[in-house]
Amino acid sequence: MRLHAPESTVTFTFDGRKLKGVPGEPVSAALLANGIKLVARSFKYHRPRGVMSAGSEEQNALVTVGHGAQAEPNLRATTLEVSEGLEVSSQNAWPSLRYDALAVNDLVSPFLAAGFYYKTFMWPRSFWEKLYEPVIRRAAGLGALSGQTNPDTYEKAFAFCDVLVIGAGPAGLMAALTAGRAGADVILADEDTAMGGRLLREREDVDGKPAGAWVTEALAELDAMPNVRRMTRTTVTGAYDQGTYGAVERLGGAPSADKPIECFWRIVAKRAILCAGALERPIAFPNNDRPGIMMASAVRAYVNRWGVVPGKRVTIFGNNDDAHRTAADLVAAGIKVAAVIDSRDDADISGDYPIYTGAQVIATKGRHALQSITISHNGGTRTIQTDCLAMSGGWNLTVHLTCHMNGRPKWREDIASFVPTPESIPGMVTAGACNGSFDTAACLAEGAAVAAEIADDFGLNAKATVPAADHTAYSVTPLWAVPGKGRKWIDFQNDVHVKDIKLAAQENFRSVEHMKRYTTQGMAPDQGKSSNVVALAVLADATGRGIPETGTTTFRPPYVPVSIAAMGAGSQGKGFAPERFTTSHKATVARDAPMIEAGLWYRPSYFPQKGETHWQQSCDREVGYVRNAVGVCDVSTLGKIDIQGPDAAALLDFVYTNMFSTVKVGRVRYGLMLREDGHVMDDGTTARLGEQHFVMTTTTAAAGLVMRHLEFVLQVLRPDLDAKVISITEQWAQFAVAGPQARALLNTVLDQELNDESWPFMACGEVSVAGVSGRLFRISFSGEHAYEVAVPSRYGDNLFRMLTAQAEVMGGGPYGMEALNVLRIEKGFITHAEIHGRTTAFDIGMARMISAKKDCIGKSAAARPGLLGEGRQQLVGLRAKGRDHALTAGAHLFERQAAAIRVNSQGYTTSVCYSPTLKTHLALGFLENGRARHGEVIKLRDHLRDITEEVEVCDPVFFDPTGGRARG
Amino acid sequence: MAKLIALTPCAGLLPIAHGAAEVTEVVPECLVSVAPYAGQNKATSARLKEQVGTGLSAVNRRVGGVTWFGHGTWLVAADVALDGLAAVTDQSDAWAVVEIKGAGATDVLARLVPVDLRAQVFKKNHVAKTMLGHMSVAIVRTGPDAFEIMVMRSMAQTLVHDLDVAMRGVTAR
Amino acid sequence: MRITCPNCGERDRREFYYQGDALALGRPADDAGLDDWDDYLHNRDNPAGDTRDLWFHEAGCGAWLVVERNTVTHAVHAATLAEKVKR
Repeated sequence: MRLHAPESTVTFTFDGRKLKGVPGEPVSAALLANGIKLVARSFKYHRPRGVMSAGSEEQNALVTVGHGAQAEPNLRATTLEVSEGLEVSSQNAWPSLRYDALAVNDLVSPFLAAGFYYKTFMWPRSFWEKLYEPVIRRAAGLGALSGQTNPDTYEKAFAFCDVLVIGAGPAGLMAALTAGRAGADVILADEDTAMGGRLLREREDVDGKPAGAWVTEALAELDAMPNVRRMTRTTVTGAYDQGTYGAVERLGGAPSADKPIECFWRIVAKRAILCAGALERPIAFPNNDRPGIMMASAVRAYVNRWGVVPGKRVTIFGNNDDAHRTAADLVAAGIKVAAVIDSRDDADISGDYPIYTGAQVIATKGRHALQSITISHNGGTRTIQTDCLAMSGGWNLTVHLTCHMNGRPKWREDIASFVPTPESIPGMVTAGACNGSFDTAACLAEGAAVAAEIADDFGLNAKATVPAADHTAYSVTPLWAVPGKGRKWIDFQNDVHVKDIKLAAQENFRSVEHMKRYTTQGMAPDQGKSSNVVALAVLADATGRGIPETGTTTFRPPYVPVSIAAMGAGSQGKGFAPERFTTSHKATVARDAPMIEAGLWYRPSYFPQKGETHWQQSCDREVGYVRNAVGVCDVSTLGKIDIQGPDAAALLDFVYTNMFSTVKVGRVRYGLMLREDGHVMDDGTTARLGEQHFVMTTTTAAAGLVMRHLEFVLQVLRPDLDAKVISITEQWAQFAVAGPQARALLNTVLDQELNDESWPFMACGEVSVAGVSGRLFRISFSGEHAYEVAVPSRYGDNLFRMLTAQAEVMGGGPYGMEALNVLRIEKGFITHAEIHGRTTAFDIGMARMISAKKDCIGKSAAARPGLLGEGRQQLVGLRAKGRDHALTAGAHLFERQAAAIRVNSQGYTTSVCYSPTLKTHLALGFLENGRARHGEVIKLRDHLRDITEEVEVCDPVFFDPTGGRARG
Repeated sequence: MAKLIALTPCAGLLPIAHGAAEVTEVVPECLVSVAPYAGQNKATSARLKEQVGTGLSAVNRRVGGVTWFGHGTWLVAADVALDGLAAVTDQSDAWAVVEIKGAGATDVLARLVPVDLRAQVFKKNHVAKTMLGHMSVAIVRTGPDAFEIMVMRSMAQTLVHDLDVAMRGVTAR
Repeated sequence: MRITCPNCGERDRREFYYQGDALALGRPADDAGLDDWDDYLHNRDNPAGDTRDLWFHEAGCGAWLVVERNTVTHAVHAATLAEKVKR
């Protein structure tokens, strides 16, 4: 029922039933207006539940919105906005909300107390995962995810400001006005759809006019300030280091494909003012969870702000002065107040309705909606017919954010609440109700004062002009739990009641953190916002301690649930990681080459041709190109680092094990790089283009690592070295041209003829490539006569097409990663499969490359005991005994007769291939004392794939051991 | 023999436009990195001034064709001869350069960049070496509602993708 | 977490790469002996309080920094260019 006919309505559905609602009002208001009391079933006992609050702290009214892949469960009806066509469903009920089969849990509740699962489902152990847990999970729970990919859009964003004001009630508005007027850069964030906080929900005056009118003026003033940004529907969820705050914004309004549902903000604020207000807490009395029993402030909010009548005969039960506002507001709205029950004997109240002081509610009735309550009064009991009970156990200050960096709130006896400890969050101050100041006048004054102080710190001229407002006293006498029998709910969302907490204390879970975990108190999506203080008061009582000694559990972010989709926004699909494409990508994809990821890069696996049905066929053919004619491969992904300066050679001598200062201009040398702990970091070739100018190549995988390492050496270890490094990986498109016909192919694109005199093995220099200035390196990763030719990237696409077309004319063509891998294994060239982080120069047979004439990174550590000698597993080649006997990488090596068990393992394989050149299966691997065991037959055992093979140990260079082909 | 044909980093990807923001490719004629050797900042600056009309810009700033580009490094939009005063490296093909402009540009970048780029803080010719999504970028304000963004050439497609998604989100608000 | 880079100003932690204790600045001589190298490579304090470590502004200006911070309060006291730090 509504107080007035609304101006406009829209139609939405609840469990399929069409209902009218006012656009923008909370679904909870619309349900109440339609007389719907039963909204949800509780988590554990499937108890009928109704709307309890009017904000994000709602414990009962969790609903699902939408259907199919877009269904979103566990939304609070109190913060969900009504819009045309909105589809709302109840959850955790079957077959229907009204007749829920699992409500049987409620009948067997004596057996389902806290700790029940732990005690009952212990044996047999194997039943837990397969039987108990799935059944329990299905029975107890919240809404279900669809299990489908969510097509909705979510967003993340960054914002920066001088002052972040959290909460736009009286304190927050006044803080924003004061800081804004002083010229500070302000963000005002509030989780409600409209700003004003409690001023929108109470009947009172500010500045001599109705509070709502004052709010409208304040917002207009804020909106006129270019230095103030207002963020509605935005809950600040966490406080983090150095003034960083997390906030979730719900966009609201009509959905569209591109429009985000939520935006997760990272707000960086020099200072923050927390004006988060306070939350009213329930009182634990028997069956205090029936639909129709609500928070007193929520009843006022529905009446005053949304014109919705939550009941026809309302009763009120409180322990503080504030509860009586509810009675006054109901009377003013013409709603019948059936009784006001105040637990305080000395309550000084009056009104035109029955008043019971020193009284308590001891029982309630009504299965799907409240029908009556029973109170104890003057030694007797009395039953009162009522369809709505407004309760108020006093207020908990919203101190949560002040606790996010280890802050501990302090107990204040006079207001029976925890209050924030100052400076718990560097740069953040608190004002208004969350600081323990309840009346509007004090909230306005505090908001203005703290903002003025902050503006002052910024050197701005601030005036704290505070409008007149109500001074209302707040007096509370704690009443946590009404004595007597029956279940008295504390955590409504997780179905925890007073007895559960007493049981925890009895079983010695006396620490508040232990009690929480034993009972699940405060562990539901609402994180115990409204219930924690009641729970620990009950625990304090049960353990004979005071509340301050009992303490609180730790509040952690987020303050309200944040969708994983919002936090992960932008990182789905193509947003997961950058894709790096070479200049030959388009031409490669046009040849139907399957692409594989190499770090962020995409490289071709192989280039299939008509008639080939298996990658091995393509790979064998491509290996043949290089061994017999010519192959072309894009090697642009290898890291290329330009090194210049007076100390460029000295830098290289320091980072490589071998000597580079002796390399002649126009020559290339292979280099080995160690980590400081003596293990191999990377390898590659470095070309000397000038006396003080080198170009280093790294492996594709280690390009970033090596760049960082070189900067580390120059800035941290050796700032005395005058050399500059910069990546040129992206500047050059570089192609390997390999095979007996390599020179002939290059001579078709180069503007000058190559020969052995001008370009001997390991020569480098500038060349003109089809009219473009490029670079040529005579280096080989295949053991063949080979070059790498580089041109500025803009020409990469065209040069790749030219080279591959020409190669095909010569009986060759492009080759992919599979063939590249075979070619290098045949030659025993290492990659990061071998230099995987645990191998040393000694292990890979390159100990002699550590120059004795100079210091270098890793030199000292490489000489440590244990990193040298026979006991080390050393790089070897392994040859299968028959053509069809495929070898596998990761298999372990054993002596021929030894059992294939862990203690007998003498090594492992790292790289394997079928060599079409040698017509056999090959492997590289590491074997104990392997270099002395060439010729020995050993056993390869792959336990995962169940493969056992005999292999012969040999030199890792299987093909052309003298290297004549590369030099020729 | 025919001369090699050139392609720009964003060929086929740009322009795109959504709502109050559009992205176009900028194709620099020439870009070289300049990293002065120890104690050579002043001398380098003087030589640069002779050749391109402006010396080394301040940290986080662009002046004319000279853009600060990281610790001890500048990017110059012309080939320069600094004989031994600084390391000079051709970077003309290393960067995909785009311009985003329009009233929504700042909001779009606020979705992707963890730096305050609002006009009162990040003024014309201010430079930020930072991130855009998961990528390292250089961002320069080129006008009241315009920014230049530089990303590694190989990541051009991801840059356009990320901007496109952010632009759609901002436009739908 | 935010670190004030001497070049770029205050920046989000995501732009930085964390290396480890700043004792890496004091690299022993190649003949310093096993114990010195063991300390340099492996032995680290794990202080509850002030600490000094090396960070790389990898997604920013590319400067290596010595950052002084507190592991308990999370306060970041200072960030200095590593190349300018006395050693």
